[in-house]
Amino acid sequence: MSDPPSAPDPSAPPFRRRDGLIVAVAVGVFGMTFGVFAVATGLSATQAQVMSLLVFTGASQFAAVGVIASGGTPAAALASAALLAARNGMYGLALNPLIRGGRWRRLLAAQFVLDESTAMASAQRDPVEAEKAFWVTGLGVFVFWNLGTLIGAGGGNAIGDPETYGLDVAFPAGFIALMAPHLRRRPGLVAAIAGGLIALVTIPLLPAGAPILVAALGVIPAFVVQRRELT
Amino acid sequence: MSWTTILVLGGLAYAFKAAGLLVLDHVRLPESLATITSLLPPALLAALVVVQTFADGTTLVIDARAAGLVAGLVTVALRAPFLVVVISAAGVTAALRALT
Repeated sequence: MSDPPSAPDPSAPPFRRRDGLIVAVAVGVFGMTFGVFAVATGLSATQAQVMSLLVFTGASQFAAVGVIASGGTPAAALASAALLAARNGMYGLALNPLIRGGRWRRLLAAQFVLDESTAMASAQRDPVEAEKAFWVTGLGVFVFWNLGTLIGAGGGNAIGDPETYGLDVAFPAGFIALMAPHLRRRPGLVAAIAGGLIALVTIPLLPAGAPILVAALGVIPAFVVQRRELT
Repeated sequence: MSWTTILVLGGLAYAFKAAGLLVLDHVRLPESLATITSLLPPALLAALVVVQTFADGTTLVIDARAAGLVAGLVTVALRAPFLVVVISAAGVTAALRALT
């Protein structure tokens, strides 16, 4: 089989279910925080749970609940949540060639398109491993995010603020670990540097969520580099 | 929050996720387009890392998160296992927060 375009570097370790589970558990703790937050701002426990089951996009859920809690209109809540959810569309494009099966399987897979499942899948060199990483991580995060919401909304949050444990930084650090196979190749490194710089410049200028969308332009210099390497 | 808002948001979130997976269903991507989409994860995830580490709303800040990220970068450079990377980053940030 020939290499897929801009594959991660060959020394990338194979997917380990344990890594997917670590991510899922960390997300679960924030699910608890979401449950507590949602109920504290006036949602019923059922509403919080349905949100975690159907919306299943952490940043969007926090944003929507936060906007309503601070007196914003439903339209404003939807707009800020949509801005944060839009990047999943681009993740879907990247995952598109990896997800096998027919339309129904893809419709099911769509619910599990997330930062975490995309990162775990794109770290794999072998397409079969990548698909496994996607499903294990996506399903694991779904189960733990909803379990966390259930506990938090039910008033059973025994852990307290996850930031006390630095758990908020576990995500960017984990994403760097998962990006490492890309960073060891020049096109992936250029994409990451360009995307990171675009975010740095646009954070003060654009509403939350938008910097990550604009960062997609980071693929342009990376594509030029990839082209040059091939010729 | 009304049930309508929750259900509309659910539909919207799903639509975004499904769009990328289904829009090009059964269409063979030209090689150059496939290259571009495969470069999207490092570009977007790097931006996400920057946002999660340096953004406080729409303000740029350097706080305990940055130190944790450095610990993460060092352990990644040393090719440490995933769990070690995550625990080092969280531990450094937690320690700094406890001290300040």
